[in-house]
Amino acid sequence: MLFFSYFKELVGREVTVELKNDLAIRGTLHSVDQYLNIKLENTRVVDQEKYPHMMSVRNCFIRGSVVRYVQLPPEGVDVELLHDATRREARGG
Amino acid sequence: MSGGPTLETLVDQQISVITNDGRNIVGILKGFDQATNIILDESHERVFSTKEGVQQLVLGLYIIRGDNISIVGEVDEDLDTSLDWSNLRAHPLKPVIH
Repeated sequence: MLFFSYFKELVGREVTVELKNDLAIRGTLHSVDQYLNIKLENTRVVDQEKYPHMMSVRNCFIRGSVVRYVQLPPEGVDVELLHDATRREARGG
Repeated sequence: MSGGPTLETLVDQQISVITNDGRNIVGILKGFDQATNIILDESHERVFSTKEGVQQLVLGLYIIRGDNISIVGEVDEDLDTSLDWSNLRAHPLKPVIH
């Protein structure tokens, strides 16, 4: 639940999602759910030359199960807060 | 605050699905459920290769199991029809490795 809440805080920011098929997509985070499915708006594929498959796609839904990384904007990350929250979670609330 | 990501807004629109085995299927979204299982009408597969342009294979009415879906993209139809897919060459997408 922690990362779900965390990603909800990042809605509206620009992120890059790297998938488990090596495709990386950049876009504005529109929404996220409990499975960490992600919806991005104004998307563009990072290496369009190599991956022209999504050229006509501007908004997309990414299944949480295929996400490898989400690159976050540095200003959207409060490391101290995240540290505290993960420690609390590890202790069981 | 909007709800979670849903495919509701894409119903009856043209979508582009990328499957875990790297295939690209384009069609009209007719239905979906919690597990991202989807029903696609008038669907066709776009086969990418480096030897020739994109081939379109007609598939018709398809159900794709959610397990096997990576991305569901909303197709900008004006942009899509303006692109010359038949002259586009690219490597097929790699399969997803969990």
